[in-house]
Amino acid sequence: MRNFSYPPFYRYIFRYRNYPARVTIYPESGTLTVQMTAELFSQYLFAGITYGIIYAIVAIGFNIIYNTTGIINFAQGEFVMLGGMFAITLNNFMPLVPAIALAVVITMIIGALIEMIFIRWLDSPSILRMIIITIGLSILIREVALHFWGEGVRSLPYFNGNEISSIKIFSAQISPQVLWVIGVCLIIVTLLSLFFRFTSLGLEMRACSANRLAATLCGINAKNMVTFSFMLSAGIGALAGCVMSPITYTQYDCGTGLAIKGFTVAVLGGLGNSMAAVAAGLLLGIIEAFSIGIVPLAFQDAISITILLIILFVRPHGLFGSSEAAGLTEF
Amino acid sequence: MLKIKNLEAGYGKLRVLKRISMHVDPGEIVTIIGANGAGKTTLLYTIAGIIKTMAGEINLLGQTLKKTKAEKIVDLGCSLVPEGRQVFSTISVLENLLLGAYVQSGKNGYDRKQELEKIYNIFPVLKDRRRQLAGTLSGGEQQMLAMGRALMARPKLIMMDEPSTGLAPLIVKDIFQIILRLREAGNTVMLVEQNARAALGIADRGYVLETGKIIIQGPATDLLDNHDVQRAYLGRDIE
Repeated sequence: MRNFSYPPFYRYIFRYRNYPARVTIYPESGTLTVQMTAELFSQYLFAGITYGIIYAIVAIGFNIIYNTTGIINFAQGEFVMLGGMFAITLNNFMPLVPAIALAVVITMIIGALIEMIFIRWLDSPSILRMIIITIGLSILIREVALHFWGEGVRSLPYFNGNEISSIKIFSAQISPQVLWVIGVCLIIVTLLSLFFRFTSLGLEMRACSANRLAATLCGINAKNMVTFSFMLSAGIGALAGCVMSPITYTQYDCGTGLAIKGFTVAVLGGLGNSMAAVAAGLLLGIIEAFSIGIVPLAFQDAISITILLIILFVRPHGLFGSSEAAGLTEF
Repeated sequence: MLKIKNLEAGYGKLRVLKRISMHVDPGEIVTIIGANGAGKTTLLYTIAGIIKTMAGEINLLGQTLKKTKAEKIVDLGCSLVPEGRQVFSTISVLENLLLGAYVQSGKNGYDRKQELEKIYNIFPVLKDRRRQLAGTLSGGEQQMLAMGRALMARPKLIMMDEPSTGLAPLIVKDIFQIILRLREAGNTVMLVEQNARAALGIADRGYVLETGKIIIQGPATDLLDNHDVQRAYLGRDIE
């Protein structure tokens, strides 16, 4: 285990260390003059795809809970952080694969407990009240994590090779971990859509999201479905948190930024639509990656916030959502 | 089958139902008529377990319902077809029906395919449209789907909340014919309606609900002849 405590600025360098030197050395000077070579282009593209996929996974976590309850769980980013942190700690005692598996299970249990303790007993709560509860929970989890793990920046070891090993794809130098992130996240998305489409539990969850009253009248326990949706999105977030830990690093407060990006992507794609979230995630990731050739890196987060604001003003139902469906939901 | 004694229920501090007593025998069609806000829907929701009882007793198939969860009541054999065609609109018609069979799944002697065929026999239109999303069906078809979904659970008592709301008179006639056929097949039906004439036309017995109290009860034919009922609910002036 490596335990970094560099100032945040250095984290950007590490994060983009695969870029050609002229981009990484002056990341926040704001005066970059980058010639867009084919090499640089595919390098940006892959960075964009990687981050886009990560955002999409966080957004899918939002969507699962939104679909069954109609609330945005702002603690979703904290699930990602917890998954990474647990895996890093457990990796001290056991090999990587069981450590990740156990971390995912622990995070799922935490997700279920959160729902049971803070959400389940509320008798027909308003959506606003539940959202404020999740914001409070995200702060609580972050502070508890700070208490346990401290401020240090940690990371899991690379699944294959190390920091400097790279694979050449389309003239871009890609860390093998990037392929892990893309592969695992794509598998999650595929399995999830198969789950919702073909299993009876998936069908019951869709029923709860479509019409909770009618689901209850069919004999489905809607409250259990909500608990299950919290478990599912916690597990997905945790797994994503593990695979991305070697390249993005894990720190007690890394969930906040991810939650904002994930929320942007979920809104951009249209809340509740997981396939749209992947498309929107890739779009945002690629826009962000290419924008650092034009605007200073420090403005990278501002770009996603700007996109979020524009979308909320112009198309609140998202790029791929239908305004008709949005009009029918009570949110 | 269903016995209610001195039932009181409502929302928050508001008491909507005031000491209601009624019963439904096996094989009957019992109708409850009343104006808007009389408490008809509240009564059904209380029986279905969606609203808690404040006082009194509900006895369903020999079991007393005390804080019984709504899911459990469906399992016991009492299904509610809610008002306003509450179908799963983003899910296909076939999947809607399969969800109706949720409480029966895994139980001995329940054949989902066979049950599905039965429903398709009663509502042939659902078979033609089984791949469509339920939200794309017409109002009448959605009402049929809601009824079909409730029947998939093979309920012993089926409660219907205003199945005629917002439907063309011709379709209302169809729906009521189907309710009669359900009774012939041995089902027990509790029908809540504003369309008093049509409901009393097919029912065996009826109750008139006004501001949370049962004011008149008796065989359906008697109620049709009752002056108060005629004046208040059948729109007939008797002078």
